[in-house]
Amino acid sequence: MRLELRGITKRFGSLTANDHISLTVEPGEIHCLLGENGAGKSTLMNVLYGLYQADEGEILLDGEAQHFAGPGDAMRAGIGMVHQHFMLIPVFTVAENVMLGHEQTRGLGRLDLAAARAKVREISARFGFDVDPDAVVEHLPVGVQQRVEIIKALSRDAKVLVFDEPTAALTPQETDELMAIMKQLKEQGTAIVFITHKLREVREVADRITVIRLGKVVGQAEPTASNAELASLMVGRSVELTVHKEPARPRGDALVVDRLSVIDEFGQKVVNDVGFTVQAGEILAVAGVQGNGQTELTEALLGLQPRVEGSIRLDGRELVGRTVREVLDAGVGFVPEDRNEDGLVGAFSVAENLMLDRSSGAPFVKGANVQSKALNAFAQQKLEEFDVRAPSIHTPVGRLSGGNQQKVVLARELSRELRLLVAAQPTRGLDVGSIEFVHKRIVAARDEGIPVIVVSTELDEVVALADRIAVMYRGGIVGIVPGDTPRDVLGLMMAGEAPETAGEAA
Amino acid sequence: MSEATEARTPEERTPEASVPAPAEPGRGQNLLREIMGGSLVISVLAVLIALVVGAVLIAVTDPAVQQASGYFFARPSDTFQAIWNAVGGAYTSLFQGAIYNTGKTDFASGIQPLMNTLSAATPLIFGGLGIALAFRIGLFNIGGQGQILIAGAFAGWVAWSFPMPFPLGLIVAVLAGIVGGAVWAGIVGWLKARTGAHEVIVTIMLNYVAFELISFLLRTPGALQAPGTNNPKSPAIPAAAQLPGLFGVRYTVTWAFVLAVAAAFAYWWLMSRSSLGFRFRAVGENPSAARTAGIGVERMYVYGMAIAGGFVGLAGVNQVLAAAPGGFSSGFDAGLGFDAITVALLGRSRPAGVFAAGLLFGALKSGGYLMQAANDVPVDIVLIVQSIIVLFIAAPPLVRAIFRLPTPGTAPKARRRPAVKEAHGQ
Amino acid sequence: MTAATETPHLPDPSPIVLEKVEVRSWKVPIALSVFALGAVVLFIAFARSGHTTFRFTQSVDAIKLPDLTVPSAPVSIALAIVAVLMAAASWWYVAARGRVPGWFAAVFAVVFLVGFLDWAAEGDRPLPFTSLLLGAVTLSVPLVFGALGGVIGERAGVVNVAIEGQLLAGAFCSALVASSTGSMTAGLVAAAAAGVLVAFILAAFAIKYLVDQVIVGVVINVLVTGLTNFGYSKVLAADPEHLNRRMTLPDLPIPGLAQIPVIGPVLFDHSIIVYIAYVAVAAVWYGLFHTRWGLRVRAVGEHPQAADTVGINVNGTRFWNVSLAGAVAGLGGAFFTLGSVGIFTKEMTAGQGYIALAAVIFGRWDPIRATLAALLFGFASNLQNTLGIIGSPVPSEFLLMLPYLVTIFAVAGLVGKSRAPAADGVPYVKG
Repeated sequence: MRLELRGITKRFGSLTANDHISLTVEPGEIHCLLGENGAGKSTLMNVLYGLYQADEGEILLDGEAQHFAGPGDAMRAGIGMVHQHFMLIPVFTVAENVMLGHEQTRGLGRLDLAAARAKVREISARFGFDVDPDAVVEHLPVGVQQRVEIIKALSRDAKVLVFDEPTAALTPQETDELMAIMKQLKEQGTAIVFITHKLREVREVADRITVIRLGKVVGQAEPTASNAELASLMVGRSVELTVHKEPARPRGDALVVDRLSVIDEFGQKVVNDVGFTVQAGEILAVAGVQGNGQTELTEALLGLQPRVEGSIRLDGRELVGRTVREVLDAGVGFVPEDRNEDGLVGAFSVAENLMLDRSSGAPFVKGANVQSKALNAFAQQKLEEFDVRAPSIHTPVGRLSGGNQQKVVLARELSRELRLLVAAQPTRGLDVGSIEFVHKRIVAARDEGIPVIVVSTELDEVVALADRIAVMYRGGIVGIVPGDTPRDVLGLMMAGEAPETAGEAA
Repeated sequence: MSEATEARTPEERTPEASVPAPAEPGRGQNLLREIMGGSLVISVLAVLIALVVGAVLIAVTDPAVQQASGYFFARPSDTFQAIWNAVGGAYTSLFQGAIYNTGKTDFASGIQPLMNTLSAATPLIFGGLGIALAFRIGLFNIGGQGQILIAGAFAGWVAWSFPMPFPLGLIVAVLAGIVGGAVWAGIVGWLKARTGAHEVIVTIMLNYVAFELISFLLRTPGALQAPGTNNPKSPAIPAAAQLPGLFGVRYTVTWAFVLAVAAAFAYWWLMSRSSLGFRFRAVGENPSAARTAGIGVERMYVYGMAIAGGFVGLAGVNQVLAAAPGGFSSGFDAGLGFDAITVALLGRSRPAGVFAAGLLFGALKSGGYLMQAANDVPVDIVLIVQSIIVLFIAAPPLVRAIFRLPTPGTAPKARRRPAVKEAHGQ
Repeated sequence: MTAATETPHLPDPSPIVLEKVEVRSWKVPIALSVFALGAVVLFIAFARSGHTTFRFTQSVDAIKLPDLTVPSAPVSIALAIVAVLMAAASWWYVAARGRVPGWFAAVFAVVFLVGFLDWAAEGDRPLPFTSLLLGAVTLSVPLVFGALGGVIGERAGVVNVAIEGQLLAGAFCSALVASSTGSMTAGLVAAAAAGVLVAFILAAFAIKYLVDQVIVGVVINVLVTGLTNFGYSKVLAADPEHLNRRMTLPDLPIPGLAQIPVIGPVLFDHSIIVYIAYVAVAAVWYGLFHTRWGLRVRAVGEHPQAADTVGINVNGTRFWNVSLAGAVAGLGGAFFTLGSVGIFTKEMTAGQGYIALAAVIFGRWDPIRATLAALLFGFASNLQNTLGIIGSPVPSEFLLMLPYLVTIFAVAGLVGKSRAPAADGVPYVKG
C-alpha cells in the first residue's frame, strides 16, 4: 500500500508542531524520518495514526484520501504502529494484548483466547520470533515486548508500519535484529516509516530519508550521505560532536564504591556487586542500555534506595545507610535523569526550586522563616550566571523549556560546595544549544577538581565527556575502559561481552 | 510528554524570540490577575448556580406552587407569583437568619443572626484549615469527624478532670484538644509513612473507630460518662475552661472566633513563610523531587497530618468548650468533618479563601435554620447548595460553558494526582 | 522470501533473570502471633467457667439438628493452644519456605473464631449459629452490591467514592417509586436508575472535567444526603398515606436447597434481591475475566493510552462502566428499603458505602474476593448483634469497630500486597 501525506499541519495553540509536511512511502520501502528531539516527528505520526487530527492537509492510501477519527480507523485502513513507549497492558498476556480491540468471542461472549494464541504462534513462526502467547507482558524483556508490538500490528494485517524511535531501549544486538526484521517486512511488501534520530541506523536500512527540523521538512537525503551531512541537515548548522576539554588531571581516589548491590522490592539484585572508583578531577561515564541498573546505581549513591549492600565511601566517609539529607550534606550534587519527576517542583517558582535542597538552615532559612530577600538575590544571580531564560525568578519552573529547566537544576546543584557530582542523563530531551551548555558546565566542574559521574545511554555523550567509561549490563559492570575506547567495543560491552573479548571481536 | 513542550525549544535558540522579562508583579497585580483569570468570578457564579438549583427545589416542593401549577394554563401568573413567594420568602429568611434581622427594631437584636453566623462559621474555619493544610501536602484528610471527636473528648476530659482557674484551665483544655486531634490524625500520617496505607481509606475508617470508641467511653463510668448518670453523656464543662462569649452572653459568638482568626493567620505564616511549610508544599506538589532534594517525605506526612489534625481538633474544642458546654454525647461532631472538606475546597486551600468559605457556609447554616422554621424549607437544602457550589468550583470549564464565558488565554493544565492513584495501591 | 534468508538470528529467548534475593515477609507470622496472644489472654487468663451452647436449627426448620453444648473453658483454652502452635508454625513456614500458605491462615482464622465464639457466648442462652450466619449474609448484601459497583468502576480506572451516595439514592428512589406505583419491580428499576444518575454526575465531573475523583465522590455523597433528606421531608413525609408505605420483598425459598440444615436457611431462603446479588457476583466475575467487555474495561483501567491506540474509546468505556457500576450500587440501595425494613429513613445507609469501598480494596479489586470481604464485614456486625442479644463480655462498640480496624490493617499491607489498576483515579487526556 502506498502512503502519502500532503501538507500536514498541526498546531498546539500558538505553536506549529508540523508545518505543511509532505512525504510518500512506497510499498516495500523503508522511509526514514530523521530529526532531533522535538522536531515534530512523533506529532506527525500521531496524526497519521489518528491520535491527533491535522489542522490542514490530508492522508492518502493508494491515492484515496482518508479521514481518521481515531486509531481504530487508521488500523482498519491498514496502518500499524510500533510505539516508542510500548502500548501494551503490562498485566495482560501476550495473546490478550494482541487480541485487544478486535477480540473474537465464542458462546456466552467468552473470549476466544485459543484463536489469539494461534495467531501469535503463526506470526511468530513466520518471522522466527520466539514469543510465548501466554507469557505476561511485564515479565518479558524489552526486546521481546517490542516483538509483541510488531505481532500486534501484523495481526491486524498492517500494510504500512510505523516504527517510532524503536531502538531507544534496545541493546546494539537487539537493534541489529530489529533492522533485520524491518528488512524482512520490506521484502514482503510492507511500507515502513522509520522514525529516529540515530544516524547509524538510518544509513543501514533506509531506502529514502526525509529530514525534519522545527516541524518542517528541510530536505531529502540518500542513505549514502555522510553522518556529518545528515547531522547538519538535522540541526540546521554544522555540529560539533565533541566537547573541547583538556585532559583530566586526576588527584587521587575520592569516591570508592565497593561490592555495591541494590535489591528492588521484588527481591531482584538490580545492581549486582559493583565496584569502581572515581578520582577527583575526572569524569567517569556510566554507559549502558536503558534499564541495566544505572538508575538504581545513582539512586543508591544518593541514598534513595532502601535496600543497599556494600559500601560507598566519599573522601573516606561511608555513605551507605545515610539519609538523602545526610548524603547531600556530605557534598553530593545530583542531577536526576527525569528532571520533571525528581529534579523540580513544576508549580514552584524558579527561586523556590533553587532552595529546594536547602530548605532548612543557612543560607535561606533563619529560625523557622524562609529568608525571601536572600533567596531572591541568590536566584537573580543564578538566573544570570546560568543564562536561564525565564521571565522572572517568580515564574513557575514548569513553564520553562526543558533546556532552561535543566539549567535551573544545574544552577542549584553546582551552587553548593561539592565533593561529588552525579549527573544522570543530563542532556536528555534537550536541544543542541542547551546540550553544549550542560556539557561545558560538567567539564568545568571536573576541572575544579570535583569527581564527576555521568550516566548516559547516548554513546555520543559518553564518548564526548568521559575520561573513563564503565559499562553496565544487567546490573553489573562489564568493564571499565579508557575514554577513547572505540565505539564498537563499547557497543559489544553494552550487550554484555567482557572488554577483552569485545576488543577482539571488534 | 507531548512534543508541545519539546518544540518550544526553538525559542531559546533564537534570542530575539525569548520572552521579555516583565517587571515583577506586585501583590495587587496578582489579585487583579486572579480576578481576570476568572477564579473569583467562577466562585461567585458557582454560588449563583447553587442558589438557582436551591430555588428550583424550593419552588417545586412548595404546596402553593404545586397548587397553582395545577391550573397553569388558565392563569400562569398565579404560578409565577407562587414561585416568587416561595423562593423569595425562603431566601429572605435565609438572609434574615444569617446576616441581619430586619424585623427587629433595635440593632442589638437585629445583628443577632450575624453573630450566629460567626459562631457557626468558627468550627468550619478550624476544620477547613486542617483539611486545606493536608491538601497542600497532597493528602486527602477525610478524617475530620474522627479528629473532632477525639479532640473534643480530650479537651472535655482534661477540662473536668483537672480543674484549674480561668484562663489556665481553658488554655490547657484547648491545648489538650489540639493534641488529641494531632494524635488521631498523626496515626494516619504514620501509617502512610511506614506502610504506604492510603490516607483516604484510613481516615474514613478511623472516623468510625473514633465514633465507636467515644460511644463506648461515654457509657462507661469512670471514662467520659457523667458521674451518677446512666446516660451516654459527658459531664458539663467547668466555667473556667469554657470559651467565654465574645460580646457577652447575649450572642452565641465566643472567643473561639478570635481563635479562628488567629488560626487562619497561623496557617498563612506556616504555609507561606516558614521553612516547614515550604517543605510541606514541595512534598504536596512533587514528592519524588522533594525526596531527591533531601526532604524527608515520610516525616512530612506525619508532621503534616498531625498539624492538620491539630487544626481540625480546634473544631472539636469549639464544639465542647464553646458551642455546648453542658456536656456532649457521641454525635457532637455534627457532620463538621465533611462540611470542612467543602470549606477547604471552596477556599482553594488558601487561608483567606478558607476563612471566607467558612463564613459563607456558616451563614448558610445559620440562615438555613430560620428558613426551616419560617418557610418549611428543610435545612438540608444547605447541604445541597454547599455541595453544588463545590462541584462547580472544581469544574471551571463547566461554569464557563453555562455562562458562555471566554476561556482564559492559558488554559490550566489537567494536573495528575498520583496521590490518589497510588492511593489504593498498597 | 529468498532462501538466502535475511531471517534474523533468533533473539536471546532467555528472559532477563537477575539474581534473586529472598525477601521474606514476616507480616503474616506477626499478625498470627498477635491474634494467638489475644487468644491466650482472653481464653486462658479470662477463662469463662460455664458452658457454651451452639444451636444449629431454627424452630421453623424441617430437619432439626441437636444443640451442641460444651464446657466453655476447656474448649477455648484448647483452641488457644492450637492457635499458639499454629502461630509458631507460621514462623517456621516463613523461615523454611518463604511464605505461609493461604489455607493455613484460613484454618487459623476458623480456630480463633470458634474459640472466640465459645468464649464469648458462655452462658445459659444458646448461640444461634444459623441466624448468626444468616444475618451475616443479609447484612452483607448491600455491601456486595456496593463493592461490585466499586470493582467495576475502579477496574475501568475511576475511583468510586460515591458508592455511599448511590446506595442512598437507590434506597430513596426505590421507596418512592415502589410505594407510589405499588410495584416493587418498578422500585428495583428505580433504584438502579437512581444509581445511574448519581454515576452520571461522577462520570461527567471525573471524566469530562477531570475533577479529582475522590473529591467528586465525597461531594456527591454530601449532595445525595442533602437531596434525600430534603426529599424525605418535603415529599415522602408530606404524604405518608401514599408514599413510603412499608413494602418488603417476599422470601422465595428455593425448593430442595432451602431445606438443607444450616446452609439452606442461610443461603437459599431469601428475597429476589439477594439472589440477584449472587447472580451479579458471578456475572461480574465472568464478565471481567472472560469476555470482550471485561478485557476492554481492564485495559482502560490499566493503560488507557494503549487501549486508545488499538481503537478503544477510553473515556466512552469509562463513562458507561461508571454508569453500570452506579446501577449495580443503586440496586444495592433498594435492599435497605424493599429488601429489609420496607421504608426509607434519613441517611439510612449510615456509611455502608464507605465499608463497601473498603471491601473493594480489601478484596484487591476482584469481585469474588470483594464479596468475601463484604461477607466478613457483614459477619462482624452481625456478631455484635447476636452477642448483644445473648450477652457477652465484649463491648458491642469493639465488635462494630472490627471491620474498620480490619480494613486499616488491610491497607497497611498486613494481609498481603495488593495492586490497584495502574490507571485507577487518573483521568485520561489525549496527547
